[in-house]
Amino acid sequence: MMDKVVIAGFGGQGVMFLGKVLAYAGMDADLELCWIPSYGPEMRGGTANCSVILSDEEIHSPVIDLADAAIVMNMPAYEKFAPKVRPGGVLIVNASLAKVENPRKDITVVYVNATDLANELGAPNIGNMICLGALLPHLKLVDNSKIEKVMAKLTGKRPEMLAINIAAIEKGMSL
Amino acid sequence: MALERKLLKGNEIIGEAAIRAGCGLFFGYPITPSTEVVEYLSAQFPKRGGTVLQAEDEIGAIYMCYGAACTGNRVMTASSSPGVSLKQEGISYAAAVELPMVIVNVNRCGPGLGGLGPAQSDYFQSTRGGGHGDYRTIVLAPSKAQELYDFTMDAFDLADKHRNPVILHTDGFLGQTMEPVWLKPRPEQPELDRSWVVDGAKGREKRVLASYSLTNEIGEANNLKWEEKYKHIEETEQRWESFHAEDAEYLIVSYGTTGRISKSTVLNARAQGIKLGLIRPITLWPFPKKAFEPILDNLKGIVTVELNTGQMIEDVQLATKCKKPVYLYRRQGGMLPTEHEILDFVVDTFNLTNEEA
Repeated sequence: MMDKVVIAGFGGQGVMFLGKVLAYAGMDADLELCWIPSYGPEMRGGTANCSVILSDEEIHSPVIDLADAAIVMNMPAYEKFAPKVRPGGVLIVNASLAKVENPRKDITVVYVNATDLANELGAPNIGNMICLGALLPHLKLVDNSKIEKVMAKLTGKRPEMLAINIAAIEKGMSL
Repeated sequence: MALERKLLKGNEIIGEAAIRAGCGLFFGYPITPSTEVVEYLSAQFPKRGGTVLQAEDEIGAIYMCYGAACTGNRVMTASSSPGVSLKQEGISYAAAVELPMVIVNVNRCGPGLGGLGPAQSDYFQSTRGGGHGDYRTIVLAPSKAQELYDFTMDAFDLADKHRNPVILHTDGFLGQTMEPVWLKPRPEQPELDRSWVVDGAKGREKRVLASYSLTNEIGEANNLKWEEKYKHIEETEQRWESFHAEDAEYLIVSYGTTGRISKSTVLNARAQGIKLGLIRPITLWPFPKKAFEPILDNLKGIVTVELNTGQMIEDVQLATKCKKPVYLYRRQGGMLPTEHEILDFVVDTFNLTNEEA
């Protein structure tokens, strides 16, 4: 069993961190996993994406051609990665920044006004965790109980960030 | 004690394995996509004992390794393709003086400045010596996190065992990807001959480590000695992974990142009844010629999957004495093939039926 997830957006939207939360959740569950950043001479404000593969058996090819799920945090990310979701897969769209016309009919598209909701929560940067919350019910290998424990570890140096991250994930799950 | 399982970037894993292999000295000059090696060691060595020194350039760094190796210390440097080119003179000298050291090449695609994406463009450079003169370096090609760890440890042991530079041949994809790794303890060390080490001659005969032959006769004697060593390494150190190759009719040969992708290709092919197998070279030099002997008769054809214009394919043709047709499937410039693209090529090349498509 595998979850192949692609996450994309602007640099600064917490794309890499979102992937790391999933990766550490996989570690906590003793899964096999890959966290693969896009790397290269990319600048802040440019595009950023990473992929995470979670698996209960050895991962051979780490190259994702069709993802089980994708989170797209803005319009360029939508345009690039919506076609890379496998038929029957899930696409989480940050609808605050991506105005989608004619979405694919063969996948489940979940619209989340992540940037607006993050502002309402008083933490403009937390849209990534709202999207993560929206994704979690669609994953096979990790669930919210694992994410909370991992978030406590990842915010260890800034414990004041734990509550807001958890609140954002729960917000996303409630949508 | 239970083994620790940690999530680290590939380049960080190389650093962690080096520390646990007893390496306390790193000399380098940062270059993407290898920089996390020096970054990790810069953070860890002050806490755990060890020295990182950033040299003025790559040439300075390799000669610092040369000096450290003369004193019998485990030493490593890491760089990426253009940086490794600069180190070649020093690597040639280290080969001539028979100095153990580990050189990490996180390949860029080339030539010239190249790009940062995964590539295997430096296969020839790594496996043919790389610098001037007739020498060889042992070359290890990891394909995943655990192998980055294990092979880094092995690299130090092989370097000591054969008194020879060892190249860890990897790429930026492996370097940047985070995967879980088991932090195994360092293997038991056999007693090594240290009678050559230059560590102060008080109370004993002085020793000389120098790359210099006074006469042609001495020069030839040296070359013959090194030739014998390289032959011994070729005979004893070939390593590879055989994956569904025993009964294969069609064979992929691929190492590193593409070797790993090819495993998925093999499983997909087997699921639809195509008898595809994989030989994944682990030592690029010595090239694992022995892997082909037991399976060659059964084969109808071979495909090498490489991230270059076709370099390892020559070694496959030599190893199989061109008894079977060998084809090349390659991506370049930092691009990676998917498992399906490789299978499509295999199917097209051998006129098979792809039920996957």
